Amino acid sequence: MLTFGDYIKASSLDEAYELISKKKPARIYGGGMYLRMGNRRIGLAVDLCDLGLDKIEETEEGFEIGAMATLRMLETHEGLNECYCNLFKEGLKDIIGVQFRNIATVGGTVYNKYGFSDVIPPLLAVNATVHFHGSDSISLKDYLDEEKYRRDVLVKVTVPKVENAKASIKTARISKSDYPALVVSASQIDGKTNIVVGARPRRAALAEKAMEYVDSQSELTEEVAIKAGEIASEELAFGTNTRGSKEYRQHICKVLVKRALLEVASWK
Amino acid sequence: MEIKLNINGIDKLIDVKPHEFLVEVLRENGYLGVKKGCETGNCGLCTILIDDQPILSCSYLAVRAVGKKIETIEGLQEEATEIGAHLVDEGVDQCGYCSPGLVMNIIGMRRELENPTPEEARHYLTNNLCRCTGYVGQYRAIKRILGVAENDESC
Repeated sequence: MLTFGDYIKASSLDEAYELISKKKPARIYGGGMYLRMGNRRIGLAVDLCDLGLDKIEETEEGFEIGAMATLRMLETHEGLNECYCNLFKEGLKDIIGVQFRNIATVGGTVYNKYGFSDVIPPLLAVNATVHFHGSDSISLKDYLDEEKYRRDVLVKVTVPKVENAKASIKTARISKSDYPALVVSASQIDGKTNIVVGARPRRAALAEKAMEYVDSQSELTEEVAIKAGEIASEELAFGTNTRGSKEYRQHICKVLVKRALLEVASWK
Repeated sequence: MEIKLNINGIDKLIDVKPHEFLVEVLRENGYLGVKKGCETGNCGLCTILIDDQPILSCSYLAVRAVGKKIETIEGLQEEATEIGAHLVDEGVDQCGYCSPGLVMNIIGMRRELENPTPEEARHYLTNNLCRCTGYVGQYRAIKRILGVAENDESC
């Protein structure tokens, strides 16, 4: 059971930041979908629900995804999906169900760097940046590399608007709507390839050697995609949990990378 | 803490704890059509509408619902009766415990999607689990609700 010692609906980002950075028991309550599954007492729950962060705004440069935007908003945002070959529509559609995705927030999963996240791999594949209230903005890749969690308020995640982006996401699940056993997202943006592997079960990471290999080839053929899958499965670390063994993940990584890259190659 | 919730069009002052979820608060206040199931956000039994969107009331803080339009099956009897009749006609009422959640999600789907295909409907309703049926009868009922021909093989 989840309980709060105290609860505050923050009236401003400054107030939320003040509480989070200075009061040790304070925690931001995002969508709460993962938190509510365990037994936990939060000394002070800080709620950002009244700060207008539950939206996705399209600007000339890109898409600003508020930390309290729901996964359903991300899944159904027309501009974002049009820009990235329906990447988010495809990538988020199997997360439990619509009712769940109407509550779970982008900020909740990104801030916590959840390894099982279906949301982080596609964001990483499209070069997302995370923006905090009290500290510098940072690329999602660098944020995932940070060992500690910032005592700060995640305000938004931005995704650049680019032309002719190609993107794909492939997942393996024991059953539909379950957590993924593995997530692979690939993209080609401005001629550069990204290959992300998540739910390893560790947090998502770029398969940089595989990316370099693809970019060094003149064309993204089936042979190149197969080889890139093999490189990715060798360079990344995999682990075992209830959804799959290390060996299983390493094996299906090759398959999903190949499929994702071939889909990227198929976009005109 | 005392909060004001608008439930089925009526404002109510309700005393809640800040960590209480809507399912508890609604049931304690007489809305027993909201069923408790897994309470981990997986089964869809507790589905209600918040500002016309289906959500899991087992995972939605009551304090977050202040200023929003809350709808339970008690407030949507006309639509619920129509949908329920299709479920009964296809013999999928059985124990009936999951029916209110399914009906609420179908109502949410109708409000969000214009003319969904059976496949879109099936995907939309993924989060509504039923332990009695194999879902085949429910698909037949949903096809009837959507007005899809009986010989349509798409779901």
